[in-house]
Amino acid sequence: MAKMTMVQALNLALAQEMEKDDGVVVLGEDVGVDGGVFRVTDGLIGKFGPERVIDTPLAESALAGVAIGMALYGLKPVCEMQFAGFSYFAFHQMESHAARLRWRSGGRFHVPMVLRAPYGGGVRALEHHSEAREAYFAHTPGLKMVIPSGPRNARALLVSAIRDPDPVVFFEPTAIYRAFREEVPEEEETLPVGKSRVARPGGDITFISYGSMMPPTLEAASKLAEEDGVEAEVIDLLSISPLDDELFTRSVRKTGRAVLVHEAPRSFGPGAEIVARLVEKSFLYLEAPVRRVTGFDVVIPLYQREREYLPGVGRIVQAARETLNF
Amino acid sequence: MPRKEIDLTCRVEYLSILDEDGLADAALDPAMPGELLLKIHRAMLLARRFDERMFAMQRQGRIGTFAPVKGQEAQIAAAAVLEPDDWLVPSFRETPSELWRGKSMESVLLLYGGYNEGGAIPPGLKNLPPSIPVGSQTLHAVGLAYAARYRKEKQIAMSFFGDGATSEGDFHEALNFASVFQAPVVFICQNNHWAISLPRSKQTQSGTIAQKAVAYGMPGLQVDGNDVLAMYAAAREAADRARSGGGPTLIEAVTYRMSVHTTADDPKKYRREEEVQEWVKRDPIARFQKYLAEKGLLSPEKIAALEEDVKSEIHAAEERWVRFTEKAPDPLDMFDHAFAELPAHLLEQSEELRRELDQTRSPHENG
Repeated sequence: MAKMTMVQALNLALAQEMEKDDGVVVLGEDVGVDGGVFRVTDGLIGKFGPERVIDTPLAESALAGVAIGMALYGLKPVCEMQFAGFSYFAFHQMESHAARLRWRSGGRFHVPMVLRAPYGGGVRALEHHSEAREAYFAHTPGLKMVIPSGPRNARALLVSAIRDPDPVVFFEPTAIYRAFREEVPEEEETLPVGKSRVARPGGDITFISYGSMMPPTLEAASKLAEEDGVEAEVIDLLSISPLDDELFTRSVRKTGRAVLVHEAPRSFGPGAEIVARLVEKSFLYLEAPVRRVTGFDVVIPLYQREREYLPGVGRIVQAARETLNF
Repeated sequence: MPRKEIDLTCRVEYLSILDEDGLADAALDPAMPGELLLKIHRAMLLARRFDERMFAMQRQGRIGTFAPVKGQEAQIAAAAVLEPDDWLVPSFRETPSELWRGKSMESVLLLYGGYNEGGAIPPGLKNLPPSIPVGSQTLHAVGLAYAARYRKEKQIAMSFFGDGATSEGDFHEALNFASVFQAPVVFICQNNHWAISLPRSKQTQSGTIAQKAVAYGMPGLQVDGNDVLAMYAAAREAADRARSGGGPTLIEAVTYRMSVHTTADDPKKYRREEEVQEWVKRDPIARFQKYLAEKGLLSPEKIAALEEDVKSEIHAAEERWVRFTEKAPDPLDMFDHAFAELPAHLLEQSEELRRELDQTRSPHENG
């Protein structure tokens, strides 16, 4: 076991999968010699050569489109969007083709590719570098959408995403990339795509969150325990699509109260889908309206104001207290 | 500081071998074997008659919207240079090439008759399904070609698209990536002069589409796209180049959309009938037939027999299609092939539809 940041853990996942399967190739802007702008692909070109760790010209639609062609051939391309804010160029290829070729070809072809993209705010970046638009991909039939929350689950989920026979969009929270270290085992570890986890057990209220919002959500849970004697159960979704509603349904039926936390804009965001499922399936278990603590429906402001935009501990605790006192 | 001309080595050739009367330039004739010539001729004839049949079926309401291909059948000569193991990456106006490569006519009828089953590609056939978002498929050809070379296989990819596609970003990105990677791809632009109502002259200010290759550092060639021999020769050269590690080529096949964009289109709104008539003189099939007759390979009697033969082949495919459509396909099949394994929410939704279908079916069964 070694203590690793999420960046190092993702690098380990890529290196080990490439070692194991020569069909795994990495492509993207600056992923080779430079090792990626966040260094997730650092050193891979030295180990596997420029044919497998491909520095491409600057075009995101082409990255996705070429990866689709490679995947149709039988390779397992992992393509990197430098920032999720640039993935909209690639969205058309993901929506029009990656998501549909299995269906369109009657099951003859499939697209086992991974589209990796750093996402989210809190890193004092430029415009287009702090966005959380996972809903676009999660809304698309035929795509899977995964967002890890720590080094160990990032590594295990990336391995599963690479091995998945269908296209997986893999958003990596930049705010967590180097925020903390975790023990990551050298030996292989996977986590199933489409399964969530209980990050903190509790019986009084359920927090549902993922990715970059996990640290403030967990902190809010601790604060509630200390100050109010309330035990919040925290669900870490890990996959936005398919959504593991079994786990959060069980938790909310137990606690009767739920608060959703994501930094993506509120309207039509992942939280809206979760509320809908809770209302559809667990209405009579609810003791209070389900609350959403999310980004506002505006463009995430430049970094002097992003603190006020992003859901923080205070806002989560406040929503929880209102839910508990309803 | 000087201001001087940069010495660019850009040369774009035009290739035409058969003239409008079917006379070949002997020096350029690619000397294709008689058997291949006749096979291509039959495939072109079949494609033309099938197109006409589909048009009639669409007007009768038996199939839905499709993109007729009348006048662009010489594309088959380009597809003919592909080995079975090579990849065909078509747009939606390459039915002739798809059929040439082994797609069945009934699957084409199924697709345009609104059945997903028509998109299914049989095992072993290396055709991608037709791609409708214009130009987007060109990138897939680059990925396939890159992967083939990575696997040290000799396969190449051939991608077709129209003149309209050359305005799309994906087309430019595909040419650029293919050239930077020196990927074994043959890009074939079917310049049919019209992107629905927009003429080629308003699509791009470039004198030719072939010259766009120059900017990407690859060979570009403009070809008479209604000339079977020129199409074959150009594609052969490009395929050989790709296969031997020489990288991609852009071929601009100058042809003409003699029919409508799709069956939902009315070209009378935007183009003159005289223009169409000009191109009727350059009909790829008529010219090719004259050439074949000149070579002693074809006679009016042989053509008449072939017409009958082709007609009955189309008829048989139509019969198979009718038989398929008679047993109503299960709407629940819409959930098939969404993912390798159906996730819980889709199982739930398909169950929801199944219950609804059971309810609507049961009164009939009881009554």
